[in-house]
Amino acid sequence: MKTLPISERGYTNADILVTTEWVAEHKNDPNVRLVESNEDILLYVSGHIPGAIQVDWTTDLNDPLTRDYLVAEKFADLMTRIGVTPDTTVVFYGDKSNWWAAYALWVFSLFGHTNVRLMDGGRAKWEAESRELTREIPKFEATAYPLPTRDDSLIRAFRDQVLEHVRANRKLVDVRSPLEFTGERLHMEDYPNEGALRGGHIPGAQSVPWARAANEDGTFKSAAELQAIYLDEKGLKKDDDIIVYCRIGERSSHTWFVLAHLLGFEKVRNYDGSWTEWGNLVGAPIERP
Amino acid sequence: MSLPAKLAELLEDLKLVEDRNDRLLTLIDFADRFQDVPAHIALRPFSEANHVHRCESDAYVFSEPVGDDGVKFHFAVENPQGISAKAMAVILDETISGENPDIIASVPTDIVYQIFGKELSMGKGQGLMGMIELVKILAKKAKVEKLASSVE
Repeated sequence: MKTLPISERGYTNADILVTTEWVAEHKNDPNVRLVESNEDILLYVSGHIPGAIQVDWTTDLNDPLTRDYLVAEKFADLMTRIGVTPDTTVVFYGDKSNWWAAYALWVFSLFGHTNVRLMDGGRAKWEAESRELTREIPKFEATAYPLPTRDDSLIRAFRDQVLEHVRANRKLVDVRSPLEFTGERLHMEDYPNEGALRGGHIPGAQSVPWARAANEDGTFKSAAELQAIYLDEKGLKKDDDIIVYCRIGERSSHTWFVLAHLLGFEKVRNYDGSWTEWGNLVGAPIERP
Repeated sequence: MSLPAKLAELLEDLKLVEDRNDRLLTLIDFADRFQDVPAHIALRPFSEANHVHRCESDAYVFSEPVGDDGVKFHFAVENPQGISAKAMAVILDETISGENPDIIASVPTDIVYQIFGKELSMGKGQGLMGMIELVKILAKKAKVEKLASSVE
């Protein structure tokens, strides 16, 4: 089926998605910074969109010691290094249907950098269209990025909040594969067991694997198609208080993006502790079908 | 048992590469030399027996006997974005191919972290270790087949 142009897909915030064509046209725009975020550490170095800089989810976005994101000073340092000001439009793209790009976009949002976009279809679409790739790593003049405040209260959930959420019978969306949800697997197919001692899902969670939101080419489905899944089929309402989770928070960033930006849900939080925390948490309630 | 000499040498060389970007560029050089499995060894669709489990890059490993008791490996990486798998394939071919099966079977799978660095994601690490596991299995199988043919 032919994918509709972004402007005709009915998204609440259509401006947050850009096409590969748009990126090609803006690759030299000084007000736009292209950021590639991948799981595969070699992919960016092997070739990337001209002008794109890499933001690595492990080395750039996570604290090396504590399981948490970088602190405000380090975020400002990162922005300075990649030549971003608070006014710069940061456009993310990456591998795995933009999992890591959506994750990076979510982390940037924690720090209040909300002038962000996602390239629809990610790196695979750019490559499939045989668009230009380069190995030249761009250098940017350092910027003075003001010290931000990281606000974890609006779009991030911690385990105690999730427990409270469960007790209050509020909505949860588990975006892992169906077998992870049922507890038959502790990990995604073809992925390792990342240390979870118990299988199953957080009580009350609905299973909506992340990939249901994407077309085969990695682009996002239209708002009508997404509404058919999340609203009609799963009964979620746009004013529901919703927590999404997966294994470590990357796939659920993709669904967070869909719910919060494409469908305009008012309160969606990503539980990045996800199953690697919940499946190991002593005393945490778990449900199996 | 000690590591194959070329592999040991590569690991020593990589220890000297302290800059992360230099390491990645070195690995890209390997990936650039990747060659798909030749048609005389295997044709698509490949057998599931040659498929690397847990590898998201959809990698396959094949073997053929060489010399008196050596084994050579060939690889296919079906995911065009499987750059790390391609680098791993070339490293294994250039450092392990031709070695004795017993030496190959003793190679520890966690050398992937010495090669790619400790920041390798767990998913990616497991896939690359899966490639080494299959190389080891095929080496052991080649040894058994050689013994069986010598008995006949």
